[in-house]
Amino acid sequence: MTEFSTADPASARAHARSMAGTRVEAMPTVPASAAEDRPDGVAPQAMLWAETIAPGGYAAKRLNRGARLRLIDLKGDACVSMLVFNAERPVERLNVADTQKVQWNAYLGAGSLLLSDMGKVLMSILEDTAGAHDAFCGASNAASNARKYGVGDNWGPHPNARDRFMLGVAKFGLGRKDVHPCVNWFKGVWIASDGATRFDATPQAPGRQLTLRAEMDVIVVLANCPHVLDPRSDYAVTPARVLAWRGEPTPPDDPIRNATPEGLRAFQNVEEDLAR
Amino acid sequence: MPDLGAVVRDEVVPARAPWTAEVKAGQTLRIVDLEGNQAVDFLMYAAEDDAERYSAQDTIAAQGALFLREGSVLMSNEGRPMAVVTATAVDYHDTIGGACSCESNTLRYGHHTKSQHACVENFLQGNARYGRGKRDMVSNINWFMNVPVEADGALGIVDGISAPGLFVDIRAEMDLVVVVSNCPQINNPCNGFRPTPVRMVIAG
Repeated sequence: MTEFSTADPASARAHARSMAGTRVEAMPTVPASAAEDRPDGVAPQAMLWAETIAPGGYAAKRLNRGARLRLIDLKGDACVSMLVFNAERPVERLNVADTQKVQWNAYLGAGSLLLSDMGKVLMSILEDTAGAHDAFCGASNAASNARKYGVGDNWGPHPNARDRFMLGVAKFGLGRKDVHPCVNWFKGVWIASDGATRFDATPQAPGRQLTLRAEMDVIVVLANCPHVLDPRSDYAVTPARVLAWRGEPTPPDDPIRNATPEGLRAFQNVEEDLAR
Repeated sequence: MPDLGAVVRDEVVPARAPWTAEVKAGQTLRIVDLEGNQAVDFLMYAAEDDAERYSAQDTIAAQGALFLREGSVLMSNEGRPMAVVTATAVDYHDTIGGACSCESNTLRYGHHTKSQHACVENFLQGNARYGRGKRDMVSNINWFMNVPVEADGALGIVDGISAPGLFVDIRAEMDLVVVVSNCPQINNPCNGFRPTPVRMVIAG
């Protein structure tokens, strides 16, 4: 870069333009069809999103009904926290309490539904090779990160998930009040019989992945920060890969749609809402 | 029951009704389960900035446990202590079960329950007078409600462990606005299938 003058607009423009094409680890691939790690069987033109989220980074995206969203723990130590909103009416959003209560189970995995606060299914989990997630402990915040790492704010080296969420939702016109209780992917919290939380921070094999299907048009907001219970004193988190592609809306005979009476009604409530 | 000092408010919330209160830092809110096993759905907001509110997830993470017991610190979404459970005659209370809503009732029990009154309706009504709305709904506390989690993750609202006259004392650590739904649910055992009144005392 040092060969460029930036003393006048033309040379400053030449300098700025010379940066194009730079590749770093954490960046979006635009267009997504050019992603080298496109999933098997997915046509280039079906790709909607391909991005690597840095340790401490975040990303947000609107996905249409039927879209598939794959999260990949590239190096085995990602912690992807997620918010989900109904894109058409963002005042409808993920409700973790209803998600657990309606499904009569605390642990999310393949076949689980992410339910809204309006009795509807936002997304379903098609595939999960991690088997370790958390819907109990929520996002880290500025105070918890400050205690562990020093500065925990967005402008420093140790961003917290809650403040990352705040930026992500802001880009869709939403604010602090819209940062709702979240789910954390790739870091497991299990509950002992006395109610104690048991957290496992051990890094896992690279490449664990989770594939979700949007059951309505959604906005997803992702933050990749160390889990709030992570006991390690260093800011231990590795990059996460995000891939999304077009897919067909869930058909009536879909096994996940029909797996439980509660879940079926959550799909039916979506279908009723979308009948126009 | 511990002596709470000078009583500021002492009232009975009818079965199925909402209730709101301002509780100043240092004051204690005592909730009395008058007839036993009556779930009291509970949210609170920082009076100074209501974007700061109770966070079940921060509370669970901070104490490393699901159940709210004597000594539990109730945390905000900004990671600050909002209140402390200073005393309770019940072994533990719930903060993972959420609030019943007309909409979730359709999933859990069927569409015939859509028209039944629900806690979210009470929360929305209680919050409306403060200018708050649906985006202010977050995971709440359910005093006197029992939601165990089994080894395989199985979870559910089961028979309560409270009894007539048992109580919980919650001391505010900051100025709070408290919004309560005296739960009207009749399709699960959280109210023993019979919603009943509860007593609210603010003192100190």
